[in-house]
Amino acid sequence: MFELFAYGDAGWGDEILRGLAITVQLAIVTLPVGLFLGFLAAFASLSGLRPLRALGFGYTTIMRGLPEILTLFVVYNGAGLLLNKGLRWWNPDAPPSDFSPFAAGVIALGMVFGAFAGEVLRGAFQSLDKGQVEAGRAIGMTDRQIFRRIQLPQLWRFALPGLGNLWINMLKDTALVSVIALDDLMRMTKVAVGVTKQPFTFYLLACLIYWAMCVLSEVVLAQMERRANRGIRRAV
Amino acid sequence: MNPIEILFEYWPRLLDGALMTLKLTFLGALIAGLVSPGLALIRVQAAPMAQAPLRLYVSFIRGTPILAQLFLIFYGSGQFRPALEEWGLWTFFRDPFNCALLAFALNSTAYQTEILRGGIMSVPQREIEAAKAIGMSRSKILRRVVFPHAYRIAWPALGNEVILLMKASALASVVTVFDVMGRTRQIFSRTFDFSVYLWAALIYLCITAAFVLLWRQAERRLSRHIHAPGTPRASAQPFKESQA
Repeated sequence: MFELFAYGDAGWGDEILRGLAITVQLAIVTLPVGLFLGFLAAFASLSGLRPLRALGFGYTTIMRGLPEILTLFVVYNGAGLLLNKGLRWWNPDAPPSDFSPFAAGVIALGMVFGAFAGEVLRGAFQSLDKGQVEAGRAIGMTDRQIFRRIQLPQLWRFALPGLGNLWINMLKDTALVSVIALDDLMRMTKVAVGVTKQPFTFYLLACLIYWAMCVLSEVVLAQMERRANRGIRRAV
Repeated sequence: MNPIEILFEYWPRLLDGALMTLKLTFLGALIAGLVSPGLALIRVQAAPMAQAPLRLYVSFIRGTPILAQLFLIFYGSGQFRPALEEWGLWTFFRDPFNCALLAFALNSTAYQTEILRGGIMSVPQREIEAAKAIGMSRSKILRRVVFPHAYRIAWPALGNEVILLMKASALASVVTVFDVMGRTRQIFSRTFDFSVYLWAALIYLCITAAFVLLWRQAERRLSRHIHAPGTPRASAQPFKESQA
């Protein structure tokens, strides 16, 4: 049975590894996009301006309430329609072109990650010690300095557990891009199933690979949390 | 076509999809809700060796994409077709709705078990000791003390899980179940009108909003003895009386 998973022409090992590489790439590229959107959302919801606060609240609430696959289709088809409209405006004879599924995946998963991360970061900001900000102001630090030297280093400590969970969720959500024809782990598995007619074996293999990635992430995240809290004395 | 025309033309399909989404979510959450209390008790009370398979199951469900779980059941069952036919189970696995429901129920069971385990472990030890002191039997303690309080603690988290399940149910469209997402993709492939996605988003948001309101209402009812109107703290009342 193991020749099925062999590397090379005989088995499906190399195809599945290539799919895995796409999955990992997608997750790694999405992470900074999602974090950036998350910071924007957190700043918006904490801002003194009412319209900005409403915008932040609207974005995090709506995005968290929609199925991820719907967001993905909205981005993929919506961006595709816009792209073609733009192309036709530019050049009426242009052939219809498809929006890159990878880019659609990054944008959609990044938007979902950003909405949840916005809430995590907002909570982390609010659990910072207010006295420290006042102390910073008292010794004449600018808002920027306070953010960079006092808030940001501690934010990490409060936000890490929540962000870690979001990372694992996002890693799992990357499986959705197989539906819009990106050759990730899930889709390569489907291709292998189509040829070998062994759906259970291959989907189980895909599950085991995702599982391994999640368990590995959990181990690394626990390590990071321990490191982030190294200067903190625990009461218990 | 403009968005309103789309809605006028296709609302019966979208409504049909919404009912399917509700059916999948409700049945999935219900099946998981019936199984999870027993499993949560095992997670709290049983010997570590007896818990091992359950922990493995929960870890597997939490560590794999629900889409992969769905494919494993729906497509994966095909590999065992002869055996399943022999046992008369093939008609069950051939239907995408059944497979989606099974996948969602299995998925939600794992999450609900963990949530309920947390709830049971947060029940104050004193309450259980008090129940033992007045001579309640083990099953009576579970029924009257542990589970009512555990559910009250776990209620908000369980609500979140049901919302997650509702969102996940959109994946059923990938195996040709016509829920909101399935109908939406069907309508889009016919009209290429983008606005149908916005209507779908609105439907999902409405379902979530309605559910949140209902769930909060139920939460208020579950803890009505704590926040009874008019009394500052109802739970403090008997204590005062006994002192007087």
